[in-house]
Amino acid sequence: MSRPRRERRSVAAVEAVGPYALVRVTRGSLDPGIPGQFFMLEAPGRVLPRPMSLCLAPRGELAFLLDPIGPGTRALAALHAGDELHVFGPLGNGFRLDVARPLLVGGGIGIAPLPYLAEALEQPPAVLGFRSAHHAEAAALLPNAEVVIDPVLVTDAMPAGRDVLACGPEPMLEAIRAIAPDAQLAWEAPMACGYGACYGCVVEIDGELKRLCVEGPVLREEGRRCAS
Amino acid sequence: MRLLNASGCLDALTAPEVARSLDAFVTKTVTPEPREGNAPIRIAETEFGMLNAIGLANPGRDTFLRQTLPQLAGAIDVPIWVSVGGFTAREYAETCEQLARDEVACIELNLSCPNVDEAPESAAEIVRACRDVTAKPLYAKVSPHSWDMGETVRAIEAAGADGLSLINTLRGTTLDARLQPTLSRGAGGYSGPALRPVALAAVLAARSATQLPIIGMGGVETGRHALELIGCGATHVALGTVLFADPDAPTRVRAELAEEIKSLGGDSVDDFFGVALGAVASGVNSAKR
Repeated sequence: MSRPRRERRSVAAVEAVGPYALVRVTRGSLDPGIPGQFFMLEAPGRVLPRPMSLCLAPRGELAFLLDPIGPGTRALAALHAGDELHVFGPLGNGFRLDVARPLLVGGGIGIAPLPYLAEALEQPPAVLGFRSAHHAEAAALLPNAEVVIDPVLVTDAMPAGRDVLACGPEPMLEAIRAIAPDAQLAWEAPMACGYGACYGCVVEIDGELKRLCVEGPVLREEGRRCAS
Repeated sequence: MRLLNASGCLDALTAPEVARSLDAFVTKTVTPEPREGNAPIRIAETEFGMLNAIGLANPGRDTFLRQTLPQLAGAIDVPIWVSVGGFTAREYAETCEQLARDEVACIELNLSCPNVDEAPESAAEIVRACRDVTAKPLYAKVSPHSWDMGETVRAIEAAGADGLSLINTLRGTTLDARLQPTLSRGAGGYSGPALRPVALAAVLAARSATQLPIIGMGGVETGRHALELIGCGATHVALGTVLFADPDAPTRVRAELAEEIKSLGGDSVDDFFGVALGAVASGVNSAKR
């Protein structure tokens, strides 16, 4: 696995994708890592960086999809080309790519790691769920995906007999696990550091509180019972 | 001057290269029994800092001694300071007694974790109980909530402490949009930039009362911040919250400190040790109560 590095990078562009923002930064000597791994992005004016999984790795760049809902993500979405920020990664454990019949499943901002994952798996089928047509504009990042909009759920549209790799809100992941027990699921937790120092991101894994940044964010099916 | 981490702000087993960039590594607090810590949510950012309610999560004394300590000694080559916690003076002392091992360079008594109920004994009583059973250097980590820092520090020194760690976090709370506490425990330890003036005042007050070595900490992000603590009488400096945002902070802060010393016309940190104390001595606030 590639060693994480922390570098000051400049913003190449920030693009609106539906209600989300795609923040593209110059890559420097950062390694894009394995799909599902994440980076800590310095959030301008904030005390702590924000964990974001890599969405795309265009030549010479790293791109992160984020939902500007809090002070940190809003500060990141407000960046302009040429602005600089520290980027640290890749961190955590990504998806296992040795799957025979992959199916990508994403919900809302949880689609963030899927475009890069789709590239690595040579564009497998995907099912994406969104809460509105405006949010569903982000499906453009995964051109061949089947898109469902609330009240239709991704679990209504998932074909059977596939190796599921999924990221999305906890209720969605729980529902996927119920019908696809071997699914690889990417979870989320508030993190201060992203590299195992703060013990802030613990979730219940195998009956114990463990750091999601060290054990995850992608956990095997047996790995986790919901902490909340 | 040595640069350390604040206890609980670094795991040398997951990030040994960061620990190696310090002059000594301070462990997470070790308690007699294993502690899973508090339920999530454990951290929350504020405008000027962050709250944590980790709750002294640690594998417990036995596992620490059998497993963690040898692993640490194998992973890093800097001195290992062990932070010790407990719920009675006897618990602290029992742990200190068992830390009579070569791997342990120093013991820091965590007398001030804001996320657990405190021992009923006073800080000085705990220090005395530990002093009786260990020859290791003994540092006392003191709460910034202390009403009279001078009195607290003198009592801790009289009880046999070899040094002081100042400050621990302040207790704080944040509320979410529906006016509910963000942290599951309700309150947590407030750290980060907001603590800097509190730390400077605590170190200044402590230095006015003792000649013991003091590790200054609280909101240090830059070399300038480290030098300000030294100016208030800190002998050493520790980095806390900044390590979460910047694992390269030890190397950066050292370089910035050297620059700052140069720009102020000095040769070493010694030129600035306690320079802020003169002003305090001549100020009206130094009048005895």
